[in-house]
Amino acid sequence: MTHVILRDLTRRFGGVTAVDRLNLEIKSGELVAFLGPSGCGKTTTLRMMTGLLLPTSGDVLFDNKSMVTVPTEKRGAVMVFQKHLLFPTMTIGQNVGFGLRMQGVHKREIERRVDEMLELVKLPGFAPRKAHELSGGQQQRVALARALVVHPKVLLLDEPLANLDANLRLEMRELIRSIQRELSITTVFVTHDQEEAVMLADRIALMFDGLLQQYAQPQDFYQRPSSVRVAHFFRNDNLLSGTRRGAEVETPLGTLQIDPSRMQQPDGKVLVTVRPEDVQLVPNPAEGNCVEAKVLLQVYMGTHTQVQLDLAGHTWMVHSPAHFQAQVGQTITVQLPASSIWLLPTS
Amino acid sequence: MQKIIRWVTMVLIVIVALAPILPQFVWSFSHRWLFPSLLPSEWSIEPWEYVLSPSSRVGEGFANSLSIAVVVSVLSILVGLPAARALALHQFRGKVVIEWLLMVPIIVPGIVATMGIHQVFIRLHLTDSFIGVCLVHLIPCIPYMVLVMSSVFANYGTELEDTARTLGAGPFAVFRFVTLPGIFSGLLVATMFTFLISWGQYITTLLIGGGTIITLPMVLFPFISGTNYSNAAAISLVFVAPAVLVLILTSRQLGRESAVMGGFGKL
Repeated sequence: MTHVILRDLTRRFGGVTAVDRLNLEIKSGELVAFLGPSGCGKTTTLRMMTGLLLPTSGDVLFDNKSMVTVPTEKRGAVMVFQKHLLFPTMTIGQNVGFGLRMQGVHKREIERRVDEMLELVKLPGFAPRKAHELSGGQQQRVALARALVVHPKVLLLDEPLANLDANLRLEMRELIRSIQRELSITTVFVTHDQEEAVMLADRIALMFDGLLQQYAQPQDFYQRPSSVRVAHFFRNDNLLSGTRRGAEVETPLGTLQIDPSRMQQPDGKVLVTVRPEDVQLVPNPAEGNCVEAKVLLQVYMGTHTQVQLDLAGHTWMVHSPAHFQAQVGQTITVQLPASSIWLLPTS
Repeated sequence: MQKIIRWVTMVLIVIVALAPILPQFVWSFSHRWLFPSLLPSEWSIEPWEYVLSPSSRVGEGFANSLSIAVVVSVLSILVGLPAARALALHQFRGKVVIEWLLMVPIIVPGIVATMGIHQVFIRLHLTDSFIGVCLVHLIPCIPYMVLVMSSVFANYGTELEDTARTLGAGPFAVFRFVTLPGIFSGLLVATMFTFLISWGQYITTLLIGGGTIITLPMVLFPFISGTNYSNAAAISLVFVAPAVLVLILTSRQLGRESAVMGGFGKL
């Protein structure tokens, strides 16, 4: 149970700023995802938390104690990498027991705790085997057990599921989630897969180009993105320019009402967005935020039909029910529910 | 069919490897062996008696060659291992230049380099000394150590070491439990190279040792230009023996465990 604070954490490589004044607080026992495209600084941040990389400036605090001068091996921040998982020259038991051996724990005690931990990751009796005898998913679980057995203050996972196939990934996600809950270890994992971040994390820190864009609960990234870029990363490119005046937004398609709980942007120029799954296709013009749109394209996706619409010159994507039928070029009515409209800054 | 091809290949390799040694073996037990006889007309163990006698200086040469090769191997590891690691895992200014400089002793004939070094060694009073010979042997040895080990380190990466660090292992424990076992197979191959390169040095030993340091090649070479083939054959067998022994020992060690990080696969 460790409370983590990153304060103005910065790392430069030559002239390139990999991480720029990152401020972040991770509560005890929380599972946080560092999300972003490759090269956004998420792994660099993780390495600075372990001490494998020193920050150019700023501080890493565990339970309000500065860690910058504490060497990696004394921090208790255990990292699991995506590749080169296990020590190839050791057995599975020796791998899992490595951290305890470094602490000078008695051999019998090591064996007991290793067996216990292998049980937890559902690999009982694997201790005498060699690393190369195990499948990728099993190696992943051993690496997890090896990290957990030392009761780390902070568990850091660097793209832990990147090399696994889809089914295994799902299984591992659940395992990580349930073990993390059970042991309530403060955990950070790095991923570029937004779906994975949403499914696993209590909170997500989205980073672009070394800068933190938004740090919030998963649903906020869908319902309350902080910028066009964040919305785009979460697959929402539906944008309509407008001007906010109080509870209304003037758009080329007419005046739209907005929900009082969703008025974060000040009056003036804004971008209106509604997620593809929240736009309603209605048979007839009805009350409240109905606008005309032209069908550009429709693709049957099995569970739904993806419809591309033209809204006053902006291309919008809408998820309609699978049975939706329309002619390309046909004008239809769509409703933008006030409770789904979100306003974004223009720049 | 595949099995037959594999067998034929193996037999061919053994023949090619042993063919040059077999006549030496016969020569070393012959007293008279004239063309066109298939085997010597007179047999003798005289050449071996000569090898074992102090006057041949084979024993002295053997001891010197062995101790020089061991010292050179150890020094190569001490110098080459950190260098290989730096070249494989770090980016720094002038890296390409250093990589080229390392290749130079392989490209430039040893005698050229040694002539220059001779002058310097005279000034430093390193000629005619054991340590001087060891130092000059390092010149052709270090490139092989660095080249082999940098490919090993490049394959090995730092993630396992980083993992160990975060699990509470200090720098020494990381090297002892993670790095060394990981690179061991590769290190064995590289050390075998340096040992054998040092073992086979002639010109460098001659120039820097100045005839004071007698190694096995220095005992052997005069015989090759001479007419006593029997003695030359016996000495050359003594000369080849450690090489064959080192090869067998290391390949057995490498065969037992796959050379995971060696970049060599299984030898």
